Amino acid sequence: MTTSVTIPTGGELGATASAVPIADVRTRTRWSRRFRPRRVLLTVLAFAVALAWVFPVYWMMNSSLLSNRTLQSFIPTFVPFGGSFANYENVLEDGSFFTALGISLSITLIAVFFCLLFAFLAAVAISRFRFKGRKTFVLAVLIVQMLPAEGLFIAQYKMVSSVGLLNSIIGVSIIYTAAVVPFTVWMLRGFVAGIPADLEEAAMVDGLSRTQAFMRITFPLLAPGLVASGVFAFLQAWNEFTVALVLLPAEQMHTLPLWLRGFIQASATRETDWGQVMAASTLVAVPVIVFFLIVQGRMTSGLVSGAVKG
Amino acid sequence: MTDIVISDITEAASTAPRAPEPKRRRLSVPHLLLIPAILILLVGMGYPLVWQGITSLQEFGIQQQFGKPAPFVGLQNYLDLATDPTMWQVVGRSLLFCFITAAMTLVVGVLLAVLMTAVGRAARLTLQVSLLLAWAMPVVAAMTVWIWLFDRRRGVVNYLLDMIPGVDMNRFSWLSNPLTFFIVASIIVIWMSVPFVAFSVYAGLTQVSDEVIEAAQLDGANGAKRLRYIIMPMIRPVIMIVLLLQLIWDLRVFTQITMLQDAGSKASEFDLLGTYIYKLGAGAQDFGMASAVSIFVLALTLAISWFYVRSLLKEDEQS
Repeated sequence: MTTSVTIPTGGELGATASAVPIADVRTRTRWSRRFRPRRVLLTVLAFAVALAWVFPVYWMMNSSLLSNRTLQSFIPTFVPFGGSFANYENVLEDGSFFTALGISLSITLIAVFFCLLFAFLAAVAISRFRFKGRKTFVLAVLIVQMLPAEGLFIAQYKMVSSVGLLNSIIGVSIIYTAAVVPFTVWMLRGFVAGIPADLEEAAMVDGLSRTQAFMRITFPLLAPGLVASGVFAFLQAWNEFTVALVLLPAEQMHTLPLWLRGFIQASATRETDWGQVMAASTLVAVPVIVFFLIVQGRMTSGLVSGAVKG
Repeated sequence: MTDIVISDITEAASTAPRAPEPKRRRLSVPHLLLIPAILILLVGMGYPLVWQGITSLQEFGIQQQFGKPAPFVGLQNYLDLATDPTMWQVVGRSLLFCFITAAMTLVVGVLLAVLMTAVGRAARLTLQVSLLLAWAMPVVAAMTVWIWLFDRRRGVVNYLLDMIPGVDMNRFSWLSNPLTFFIVASIIVIWMSVPFVAFSVYAGLTQVSDEVIEAAQLDGANGAKRLRYIIMPMIRPVIMIVLLLQLIWDLRVFTQITMLQDAGSKASEFDLLGTYIYKLGAGAQDFGMASAVSIFVLALTLAISWFYVRSLLKEDEQS
């Protein structure tokens, strides 16, 4: 009884006293904010930068729809009116795209499968256990992750060719798995650590063994992490150029990046059909862009999370 | 807090009451879990690394490719490199390219991140989507597009530059002169890397709390002062990490340079470390020298990345 009298009056008083001026100030600031010349200028600048940055991507798709005759003109055609998919038909005609697609898919899927399996086991080890040699392993993973392909490819070439796996899917897959495992271990480590071990312990108290508890409780919770890491491993292997160039010299074994590079190489000897090159580039790029957009949010946070926290 | 370590608990529980149990071998569950990852790393990275280290101390040229035993020459390959002017030119060019490109990427990325915070929702989203699309482009596809944009006769870049009054590009061939070749390479690499920097720094900026900014504003700090004394110190860790990653990534621009060389010239003035090693190894078949340069590149990368690795290690210890 007594409390219900005092509280509303205090609140109402404050609210009524300031209601009018606050609303007034708000509309005024919003109004002036939107039309301040500095802000207009910055907005224009933001749109201009956006346009400039997306232009190459747009230009790829635009040119891919235009005939070679249109592209030969000295005045560029900025919008593909009257375009066609003829370039795509020409690119796909001889079947080399599908051969390269098949090779890329086989190599990437093998690498992603083993990479996820090995990295998952290692990530569980380093985030659920404290053991002798743990720190050494983590350090090794971080250092290996930094090693550039350019600093190892001659040795990898020598090794793979000495066991007769040059121009084979297996040879490249082994190198790719090794190259992607460190980053995947690091990424999965974060996901595993994010799932409280208490959950497993509760399940163990309820009578499950530790393995059962892990498989039934933690593993399902890890699914999104496994998918995200898998997509990253996929993108890295799919776009890889350097190692593929060295280990797959035969043209019939080219992956998609090498296949695409073939168009630019050919331009040294004959006039380039840019419409076809851009159609080929679009075919290679669009699936990657789609996949990338799905997972990009985790990309930034994964790479700099340490810095933001500290 | 969440990281209650199971192995410690079970170990403590089992060792405490029962005294005379025989001590188990230390190769336990976590070690078994690590075996596949360690094996693949040893095969794919470890063995090549060791082979490379040994080969860099040998004379391993075209004759050794056909089975002649490789004589041990100690540090001779490294001495040859140290006295080779071409090597120094390549190293200098690579470092210069790396530093300039990384610095430019960082500056542009930070500016775009600040721009994102200063504009309305529509403008920010447009900018973010466009950066994302550029970021998602596979390197090889991005290279073919950029080579087309910089095409001598029908490229859009020369066409647009010609539109500027008083400028006549006269079908300028960007890729035949080393300086413009590397300017083009730098522009492409900046275009590819800025989105990552911009998004990372933007994420850092959104973590700076509004109250702190407001407090500074009330205390009379103007925009420039707030940026200098409040915002910059708070996002400095992000900037340092991003800069390090850029430096490391800009040292490994093999794909970009190789493809620009495909479209332009393969002469040695257009080489950076990656393509230099490739030509030494795959071209001249001199694996001894190629290994020595590779070891140099690895050492350089590790020196730059040491701080990054250390910060990640710290993160690992905290969790």
